[in-house]
Amino acid sequence: MWSLLQIELYKISKRPRTFIAFIAIAAIVFIFQFAFKADGESYMNLMLQSVNDTFEIDKSKAINGYFMCYIILNTLLIQVPILVALVAGDAISGEANMGTLRLLLTKPVSRTQIILVKFLASFIYTVTLLIWMAITALFISLFIFGADDMIIFRVKGDESQILQITQDDIMWRYLAAFCYAAIALTVIAALAMLLSVYAENSIGPIIATVSIVIVCTVISNISVPIIDKNVKPWLFTSYLVGWKGFFYIATNQDGEPIKGSIENWGAIRNSLYILLAHIFILLGITIAVFKRKDILT
Amino acid sequence: MKKIIGIILCLPVVWNAYAQQEISSLVKKAKLKMESVNDYEADGRMRTNVAFLKVPVANVKVYFKKPNKIKVKSEKGISFIPKGAVSINMGSVLTDDQFTIIDAGNDIVNGIKVRVAKLLPVDDNSDVVLSTLYIEEATNLIRRAKTTTRENGSFELEMTYGKFGGFGLPDKIIFSFNTKDYKLPKGVTFDFDDGKSIPPAEKNKSRKGRAEIVFRNYIINKGVNEAVFK
Repeated sequence: MWSLLQIELYKISKRPRTFIAFIAIAAIVFIFQFAFKADGESYMNLMLQSVNDTFEIDKSKAINGYFMCYIILNTLLIQVPILVALVAGDAISGEANMGTLRLLLTKPVSRTQIILVKFLASFIYTVTLLIWMAITALFISLFIFGADDMIIFRVKGDESQILQITQDDIMWRYLAAFCYAAIALTVIAALAMLLSVYAENSIGPIIATVSIVIVCTVISNISVPIIDKNVKPWLFTSYLVGWKGFFYIATNQDGEPIKGSIENWGAIRNSLYILLAHIFILLGITIAVFKRKDILT
Repeated sequence: MKKIIGIILCLPVVWNAYAQQEISSLVKKAKLKMESVNDYEADGRMRTNVAFLKVPVANVKVYFKKPNKIKVKSEKGISFIPKGAVSINMGSVLTDDQFTIIDAGNDIVNGIKVRVAKLLPVDDNSDVVLSTLYIEEATNLIRRAKTTTRENGSFELEMTYGKFGGFGLPDKIIFSFNTKDYKLPKGVTFDFDDGKSIPPAEKNKSRKGRAEIVFRNYIINKGVNEAVFK
């Protein structure tokens, strides 16, 4: 199993498309960092709106490494599913396309093992991508912009809120958020792998995965009561942004944030359960389909 | 008989003139108390209470220099300093004598009997439209002040004095101000909907903000660097 995994990781690392994701992330992060370094105050003014009329805020302090990472993740974690699909969608169909799948199955390993190893390799790729994001978006931003308290702009129901998290209470939230994002993106990997089992080339499952993610994301973000109640809870895309829950700090009766707290851990936990259930169901279907599949290539 | 009627008729006018003189002298005494302070540097803890703002208690430093330079700075981290907080030093409100003082009677502030003085600026272009001071006669200390400005709305200050009362400097200030609605456009933040909404009681909270500063200590008349006001 271990040597199979090593082979899979070797194959992933040898594909040029693997590095497209790393280059794309680095490019997006750099553009954000440059834009905020040049004129971050305009963004702050847009977000603060009327608060500027009532309060004096040191905006240069507010635009710090932690804030930058949050803004970048907010944008990137919507695009990253596409990058995950690039590799996971190629896992089985890529082999079928090259004609190596039949050869692979002649080896003394079960089909379940092959799927599990390919899934594990996609998971490792996803985690590596997130570590790369943490290095570029968090640590390099901290180096460029420095560290300070973190400001979160949030829309809760019909109301808007500004939350402030003190500097010493942030890092564990990022660690938790990245772990959550790893699970959320693994759902995409599992979906892409399932679609990959049905295809003979990589383009189909990659485009199909991206299309499903886009359509479901749009549905998850429109505000129609009937969809809110009956459709959204069933879509995995409704839970992809759950990492943000770690930054929604709980407050006391006077509205002061409580250090080390999360406003709604129950909702995050339920989201994690739903995402994990998606992973197991999609992986289960993939194994079942692959075991019955007539391999002709 | 005519003389008595004349005296009775003149009495309110005389009394009014006397009261006017008395309130002017009280305001002057309150001002004199603060005039002994040329500058100060104070450490304090600021608690901000605004419906949409969830911020921790901030450690702040307040710098003042005559005639009206004042700066509130956060020692560590980011802080939301209410813009009208510059008026937390009443000395800066009373810097010039260019106002008309009107006696507005007596009142009680936190169980303390006070005289009420309304200050109308003589200058038509002044940002301050009206200031109302609630002054304790026994100590010449301003216990409450309400200020209405053209640009920055209305503020209310409530002061509690302790060991620095002799200089007219409070140990605690409660600063009340009006806030505007804060609304982010939906979809900008891609928020995680955790199914929880803001309780109606919190939604209906008034648009009034409150900042409370409790001062730990003052360093008075030891000089303050000009650079802090920039």
